[in-house]
Amino acid sequence: MGEDTDSTPTLNHRGFLPDHNYVTEADIISTVEFNHTGELLATGDKGGRVVIFQREPESKTEPFSQGEYNVYSTFQSHEPEFDYLKSLEIEEKINKIRWLPQQNAAHFLLSTNDKTIKLWKVSERDKRPEGYNLKDEEGRIKDISTVTSLQVPVLKPMDLMVEVTPRRVFANAHTYHINSISVNSDYETYMSADDLRINLWHLDITDRSFNIVDIKPANMEDLTEVITAAEFHPYHCNLFVYSSSKGTLRLCDMREAALCDKHSKLFEEPEDPSARSFFSEIISSVSDVKFSHSGRYLLTRDYLTAKVWDLNMESKPLETYQVHDYLRSKLCSLYENDCIFDKFECAWNGSDSVIMTGAYNNFFRMFDRNTKRDVTLEASRESSKPRAVLKPRRVCAAGGKRRKDDISVDSLDFTKNVHIIRHAHTHAHILSHSQEMPKTHTYTHNQNSYTPFHSLLNLLLSLPELKGPRQG
Amino acid sequence: MSATTAMEVNIEARRILAVSISKLYASRTQRGGLRLHRSLLLSLVMRSARDIYHSSRESEGPSGAQSAPEEPMDTSSSPGEQTRLPEPQQEPALNSAETAPEEPDITEDVCDSEITEDKENLSPAKQSRKRRGKASAAPDFLPSKRARLEPGEERYEVPLGSCRTGESLTTLSLNRVIPAF
Repeated sequence: MGEDTDSTPTLNHRGFLPDHNYVTEADIISTVEFNHTGELLATGDKGGRVVIFQREPESKTEPFSQGEYNVYSTFQSHEPEFDYLKSLEIEEKINKIRWLPQQNAAHFLLSTNDKTIKLWKVSERDKRPEGYNLKDEEGRIKDISTVTSLQVPVLKPMDLMVEVTPRRVFANAHTYHINSISVNSDYETYMSADDLRINLWHLDITDRSFNIVDIKPANMEDLTEVITAAEFHPYHCNLFVYSSSKGTLRLCDMREAALCDKHSKLFEEPEDPSARSFFSEIISSVSDVKFSHSGRYLLTRDYLTAKVWDLNMESKPLETYQVHDYLRSKLCSLYENDCIFDKFECAWNGSDSVIMTGAYNNFFRMFDRNTKRDVTLEASRESSKPRAVLKPRRVCAAGGKRRKDDISVDSLDFTKNVHIIRHAHTHAHILSHSQEMPKTHTYTHNQNSYTPFHSLLNLLLSLPELKGPRQG
Repeated sequence: MSATTAMEVNIEARRILAVSISKLYASRTQRGGLRLHRSLLLSLVMRSARDIYHSSRESEGPSGAQSAPEEPMDTSSSPGEQTRLPEPQQEPALNSAETAPEEPDITEDVCDSEITEDKENLSPAKQSRKRRGKASAAPDFLPSKRARLEPGEERYEVPLGSCRTGESLTTLSLNRVIPAF
């Protein structure tokens, strides 16, 4: 299996570097994304590699079971670069991956690092032509004089090969670090957002992009907020939203002006003066924003909460969910160990009735918006047998009553962060990974054997609908 | 009682400031360059800590530290960019900054870190505020906030409130920290 046994499991791409058995920082997964059907899962790591997993077709014996995911393809998306003008190294870490809606047999995905976005085509080849007239079997040019008759090349089946080719490179458009990309519902354009600007691209045109949002102040001393995430509306191709480090959301309409600096709507919750602390600004910074499938609601995540906003109400969120409020008293320590800067993602389920987000210690939280019930689940190696039922966990605040099996706040492991991604059809879509350099135990991707990564993934995809959870 | 809590808040604020400064400092050597978002958040924390520190000092010290005059600066958030500087000066400053990391000195002044790279990717530079001793009522000569001097160039007097430490700005590093006063 290739895994070491220890107590701090993490997920990474280690299995594809057979020359070393230790896990490097380059293997740490930095982003995950399912495609629209849920058949493919793409993961990007800090070393600039992308690994795509494919769900196995459901077996005939268990027709309703979820297929399990195995490696489909791996490729190096980005390499480290050096900007000579600014004397800066550009990290190859993949920040975001977004799939394009599928239009033919091939799959397309966009992957981005801090500065450059690339469009990749993922296609299968299972036949190849044989019987060329001018080339022999090995591809060498034949001597014309030896050709006595002509034949038509025929396609013969071959072992399935997955080819990934770079189709477009969208470069040199961002001065700051790219934090999001979002494909428009028109299937022709997409946007990329960095700290201060958002650019609109056409998928076929790489030498030009349009700047649609620019919040850079004339005097950088006046800078008070940066853009943290951006997303297009699921079906209105003129609308998009972007979140800021101040906790505000701005909805923009591209029909209003070429430069959408003036927002159409500003979603902002007034600050609670009693909750002011040194770290108020940091914890109100929005790390992820997602439209609901209906297009009516927005889900945002900041450090301690997840909020659902109604597009029709700008003054305050519709619902606020405390994800891990027991950390509120520990902000100072979290600041010192840098955890307060961690970015969590959030996701809607297919019917927009449940929202999910990750937390520390391999926990993730699911909130049912209708029943107001919530649950905390742990994505751990121990529970990662296929189709095992995840046991709800409870975190008790320091000093509170502690039941058996509860976890106390002080024993949380802040190295285990959970990424949240959405699967097309199932209710729970989570992937766990660690931000820290894993020192000991790791999950591996071993192509030949069934690894904990797969089992975790498959387990999570088989989670039942949220029913009767205990209070988290 | 209130003196004690003010004292604790004081100590806490100082500690947070020191931690923030070291983080800002460490982020200069990070791969991928300075992260604007992170630097902004760090500077916001530093500003909060500084404000709280000063207000707690005011509450404990009646004779009024001169924090008021320095306020106008702080309405804007941190990132200081030396946009006015001509481009060629950026490079030598950058080089000297990179090669001359200094230990933060604990001196009498509130510290700001100024970190410059290129114009675009500048991290927030804190406004430095000279903390006045209780005795002095009027501010002394205050150097300009942003001007980076050529060797031999002189400083000019600037209005109250735009403070900056008086060191040569080519050594762009943390040079002062909140004092143990």
